[in-house]
This record gives sequence, structure tokens and C-alpha cells, in this order.
Amino acid sequence: MNREELIDALKPIIAPYTTNDDAFGKLSENTDFIHDLQINSANLVDIVLDIEEKFDIVIDNPDMERMLNVKAAIDIIESKLQMK
Amino acid sequence: MDLNDIIAKLPYGEPFLFVDELVHVDEEGIIGNYTFNENLDFYKGHFCGNPITPGVILTEVMAQIGLACFGIYLLGSDLNNGIAMALTSSEIQFLKPVYPKEKVTVFSDKIYFRFGKLKCAVTLKNEAGYEVCKGTLSGMIRREL
Repeated sequence: MNREELIDALKPIIAPYTTNDDAFGKLSENTDFIHDLQINSANLVDIVLDIEEKFDIVIDNPDMERMLNVKAAIDIIESKLQMK
Repeated sequence: MDLNDIIAKLPYGEPFLFVDELVHVDEEGIIGNYTFNENLDFYKGHFCGNPITPGVILTEVMAQIGLACFGIYLLGSDLNNGIAMALTSSEIQFLKPVYPKEKVTVFSDKIYFRFGKLKCAVTLKNEAGYEVCKGTLSGMIRREL
């Protein structure tokens, strides 16, 4: 999967938790989960657990701390997929 | 961790402490109970002349035992700086009424505890053993820095 395909795969995972439809419609690598999509830390945990299931990867605590925007999420998913 | 130590570490106090006794806890779940004193303030108005325990209070009993007490246990015994916690979601069915003086028991089973979020399947039973509430509760809980 290239980065565009990864973003497309992330959208349905993020959609149930965003409260800002405008920002979600313009979702890009620069989108910040907390500031742009107004996702709280509790829902961010569910997004990360859904990412683990979707891509069959394990996210650890240091990854979680970096997982603040779409770019970081894609970087982490890409690196985990390469390690498989 | 001793069960009484968990209650001592709770950040709640009167009139908003809804835990009397914890009877069991392990890594997978917790069981505890609470008895509703008939003089609790909210019975005066819920409902006028017909006191029934509000659903939000039943949810609070489930959250204090099923998430707060359980989370304190899962965080471990060396909690000296206090705990930061917040209820973040609830999806509860209310199946039977709970009246003043009733004793209820909370059964909370861990669904997951990851990245500071504790999500549990929680059941509330009355003394006759009937389920009065059930559902899922989630909260964030961590050591205060």
C-alpha cells in the first residue's frame, strides 16, 4: 500500500470518532487528530486499536505518543508493515 | 493490593462516594457493592413522593467500582502522587428500578486496558440476583505526574 492508499484505509477507521466534518472532508497527511478532527485521547485509543486490527500490527507506547496526526500514523503503519 | 487500600485511594468523598465494599479483584475484573441510604438527597426529588434511584447514579456506582477502583488496582500499589481519571463513555441499559435501602453489586470485566484507557463490560445486580443494569463503560486513568 502506498501512502495515498493508507490514507484511504484510515478514513473509515477515523470517521466514527471525528466531530469536525469539514476537517475530515479535507483529510490529508497534515491533519492533526486532536486539533483538526477534535478527537479526544480516549477515542484516539480506539482508533489505534482499530488500526492494529486492520493492519495486523502492534502499536507500543512510544508509537502511541507520536500518533498525533495522520502523517505520524502512516509513518508508523508503514514501518510496522515493512517489519512483517 | 489490599481491597480496603483501593477504596482509600479513591478521589471521591461524601456525598459522592458510591462504594461500600470490594469483595474481589484480579487482573481480569472486580466485584464490589453499595447500599443506597434512604436519606440520600436526590431521593427528595427523584421522584417527588416516589423515590427511585436515578440512572445516572446507578451508572456512577458502576463507574466508581467498575472503572475507578479497578483502574487503581491495575495501575499498581505504589501510587503516591494520586490518580487522574475521567469517565469517557457509557452505554448502559437500565432493566429494573432500584429503590432506597437496596444493596447492589457491581461485576466489571476488563475488555481492554491500553494506553491509559480502561474499557469494561459492567453488570449491576440487586440482592435477589437480578440484573438491574448492564453495558459498557470506558474511562481514562493514569498516575498523576
